[in-house]
Amino acid sequence: MDEGKPVTSVRVAELAMAGIFLALGALVMWDSRRLGASWGDDGPQAGYFPFYVGLLIVASSAATIFKALNLGERGRAAFVQWGQLRMVLTVMAPTVVYVAMIANPWFSLGIYTSSAIFMAFFMWYLGKYRWTKIVPISLGVVVFFFLMFEVWFKVPLPKGPLEAMIGFT
Amino acid sequence: MKRRTYAKSLLAAVIASAFSVLTPALAWEPTKTVEFIVPAGTGGGADQMARLVQSIIAKHNLMKQSMVVVNKGGGAGAEGFLDVKGAKGDPHKIIITLSNLFTTPLATGVPFNYKDLTPVRMLALDQFVLWVNAETPYKTAKDYVEAAKKAGPGKFKMGGTGSKQEDQIVTVALEKQTGAKFTYIPYKGGGAVATQLVGKHIDSSVNNPIEAVAQWRAGNLRPLCVFDDQRMPYKAKITKDMSWNDIPTCKESGVNTDYVMLRGIFMPGGVTADQVKYYVDLLEKVRETPEWKKFMEDGAFNQTALTGKEYADWVAKAEKLHEGLMKEAGFLAKK
Amino acid sequence: MHEIQSLMAGFAVAMSWFNLALMLAGVSLGVLIGVLPGLGGANGVAILLPLTFTMAQQPGGTTSAIILLSCIYWGALFGGAITSILFNIPGEPWSVATTFDGYPLAQKGRAGAALTAAFTSSFVGALVAVILITFVSPIIARFALRFGPPEFFSVYLLTFSAFVGMARGSPFKTITAMMTGFALAAVGIDTVTGQLRLTFGFESLLAGFDFLIAVIGLFGIGEILLTIEEGLEFKGTNAKLNMKVVIETWKELPRYWKTSLRASFVGCMMGIVPGGATPASFMSYGLAKKLSRDGEKFGTGVVEGVVAPETAAHAAGTSALLPMITLGVPGSPTAAVLLGGLLIWGLQPGPLLFTEKADFVWGLIASMYLGNIVGLIVVLTCVPLFASILRIPFAIIAPVILVICAIGAYTVHNSMFDVWLMVVFGILGYVFKKLDYPMAPLVLALVLGDRAEDSFRQAMLGSQGDMRIFFDNGLVGTITGAALLLLFSPLISRALAIVRGRGGRSG
Repeated sequence: MDEGKPVTSVRVAELAMAGIFLALGALVMWDSRRLGASWGDDGPQAGYFPFYVGLLIVASSAATIFKALNLGERGRAAFVQWGQLRMVLTVMAPTVVYVAMIANPWFSLGIYTSSAIFMAFFMWYLGKYRWTKIVPISLGVVVFFFLMFEVWFKVPLPKGPLEAMIGFT
Repeated sequence: MKRRTYAKSLLAAVIASAFSVLTPALAWEPTKTVEFIVPAGTGGGADQMARLVQSIIAKHNLMKQSMVVVNKGGGAGAEGFLDVKGAKGDPHKIIITLSNLFTTPLATGVPFNYKDLTPVRMLALDQFVLWVNAETPYKTAKDYVEAAKKAGPGKFKMGGTGSKQEDQIVTVALEKQTGAKFTYIPYKGGGAVATQLVGKHIDSSVNNPIEAVAQWRAGNLRPLCVFDDQRMPYKAKITKDMSWNDIPTCKESGVNTDYVMLRGIFMPGGVTADQVKYYVDLLEKVRETPEWKKFMEDGAFNQTALTGKEYADWVAKAEKLHEGLMKEAGFLAKK
Repeated sequence: MHEIQSLMAGFAVAMSWFNLALMLAGVSLGVLIGVLPGLGGANGVAILLPLTFTMAQQPGGTTSAIILLSCIYWGALFGGAITSILFNIPGEPWSVATTFDGYPLAQKGRAGAALTAAFTSSFVGALVAVILITFVSPIIARFALRFGPPEFFSVYLLTFSAFVGMARGSPFKTITAMMTGFALAAVGIDTVTGQLRLTFGFESLLAGFDFLIAVIGLFGIGEILLTIEEGLEFKGTNAKLNMKVVIETWKELPRYWKTSLRASFVGCMMGIVPGGATPASFMSYGLAKKLSRDGEKFGTGVVEGVVAPETAAHAAGTSALLPMITLGVPGSPTAAVLLGGLLIWGLQPGPLLFTEKADFVWGLIASMYLGNIVGLIVVLTCVPLFASILRIPFAIIAPVILVICAIGAYTVHNSMFDVWLMVVFGILGYVFKKLDYPMAPLVLALVLGDRAEDSFRQAMLGSQGDMRIFFDNGLVGTITGAALLLLFSPLISRALAIVRGRGGRSG
């Protein structure tokens, strides 16, 4: 695949983003109407400000959409190239998997085990380090965080089966 | 082969018996850190009490495991209550409640009810006092209410913590009894309300004693009456010439309103009687420490501390009361 | 000058080897807490509170206890700037504005200068605030009492006004970003009516969107994604790693005395009111950009852009202890926990604390001087160490940052939902940057939105819907007037330019 080829144009990205905001603004307006969006006897009701906030989001996104349609040459420029997207995904995908490992509806590895795996993967895949370096660094960092949060500051973080084995659940 | 199996099972038996010695079947005890949920932000009355309990337990070594205070105040406390509701059967979680145990589900329609939780015990009841700025001429609750009535509906401003919660409920109850109409202005914390009253941005407040006592002692605020059926028992002088005991009840001063707020402990549903008993006993030990007694006196708490069925009955009655008051005031969530 | 006498007595109380050791321990711990977004000053103070319980019972022990706790607070104030500058991740809410110029500075290889400027200005801000507390605290306490809802609203309005007109690029995108911030701030329970807003029945939304999660995602994760797009390393790895950079930066700092002075004033006012350190840092940055000669260069990595928010944040953080002591109103969550501490030790914060427990109060004030000096020494000697973090290879430091971000997001409400939210904000931050949506207005609106709305509606309840309340007295009128003037200053200057017959440049 050509690394320099654009994935999508700036115009499409602009339109998509503004479209999302437009929908968001409309949603905000809709819920505010439910709460009462008028100016009562003693000042604004609960939905008054959010309603106009929603209205402004809709209006400004509409303006952005209008501008995006008339971008001309600049609109055809690449929003992101394949090569760039691949790099971004090499960070984003492991991060999503990492968060999913910490907690999902079926099984939780806990934040510490997941962090160790995540760091090890990152160092192996992106840094091409040797295992002799990967293992002590990833474990060391995680143990430090464990002591810091769990033992010293007593900030309970999500824990999994491994922590349970040493008496922390 | 046979021998090894025998040795193994012997070893297993020894280990098992060793464990059974370590964990006698006598009473339940926490086996890990206990989370103490506060369904309110940092610095408020419930938070202070929870942190005091935590400090006392740590200082007197009342529990082998440690205890952490976790604030979950989002959605007027709904965040904390839903967390405990979701932790069914978890004996390592307790929660301290204020009136939002009743008011939040009624006012917001968030799906939980005190029946989702297991009552452990009452720690104390918090009082409400009617305060005015010391520079105003009102000497009794009656004077003040008459003045508010004369000024016309909505002219006098009552400040309080939160909306459709205890402070506003007291205000509504007061209005119902006297026919005066206040403009209720909600703030985020009790300390802020007391300061606003000193700065004369509001005309009165129904602060808890501990929230306003410092300003009272400094001569900036004046207590008019306490919303309870009897006077507070503390006779030590707080200001030059007054003690908590010298504040009349609202009934005495001709304003027949009373309201107290629950400071009680609950556990998630589905815990065993043993587990509940552990916390009842633990908190009894906390209540006997000098630190706790001093705190009770400083904050002029009503030291009623029910347990067991009496506590559960009290809670059930309190819910009915809140539902009634909030229904009349039109505070119930639209279904 | 009985203040001087009392202060000297205070120094006598605070200056023991034991107390100095406590300061060192407290500050170091505080810096660590400030660096990690998952731990706030409130955590550190709360966890040590039981320890101080025993401490407070010895004679003079309450002073030692408050020294330990307040030094954690100073340390956290110092430490918040470190990750803002190095990785664009604000360790604490009040260091968001520090990222605007601190991070570009680090990218230019001037991380050491940015750190030195941040720490030194923090110290200056704190010093001004402590001097104020020492000599005019009774006046200040009375001043704070004059702030009711309309006054608070006018202060928030002033913060917004100081900030708008700053962003380059499409005004529509600025409006979209700011309004999105307001909309996110409205999610959750409405203080004034107790209704749930914009939660759509989702239990995870009850607590609303936390500012810290948005910031960690938008700034921190978004930045990592942008960085990696261009290759596997952080810029600015060639930062100098010796103490010379401290001296060099110090030579540069006196040039910005006007900014420092203004920032100290803004910070002290916001701390006393109490409006908070976060709005103070934003307001100060906005004002500096508008009023400084080099305003145009703000955002590209200038030292002055670090001086302004850091001075104000620290001045506000320090002076916020005054309303806590004299009024019992905490200016921040950390102050709230400290306040609880005072009560537990048997001290009653309030107007009488100054007279009844004079030795405690003056010991505390003396410890503010000493604690900040100790803090400055600790963090300055660590500047090369902090800057060297940038030399750690990307493949090691990036996952560590992501882990820290995840922990930080989780701890805000102990909820995994927030961690997912952070990831979403991260992607949003990346797209925002690429499409030129400004992020600062979103963040400012998110942090101030609900407070501004609350105070506006409280004021309206009080005046029964009469808008004139915002010009009701000299104080509120002046602030509102200044805010409106600042808000419309681009228009006014443009109009003036047109009148004079030449094309105007809007500021």
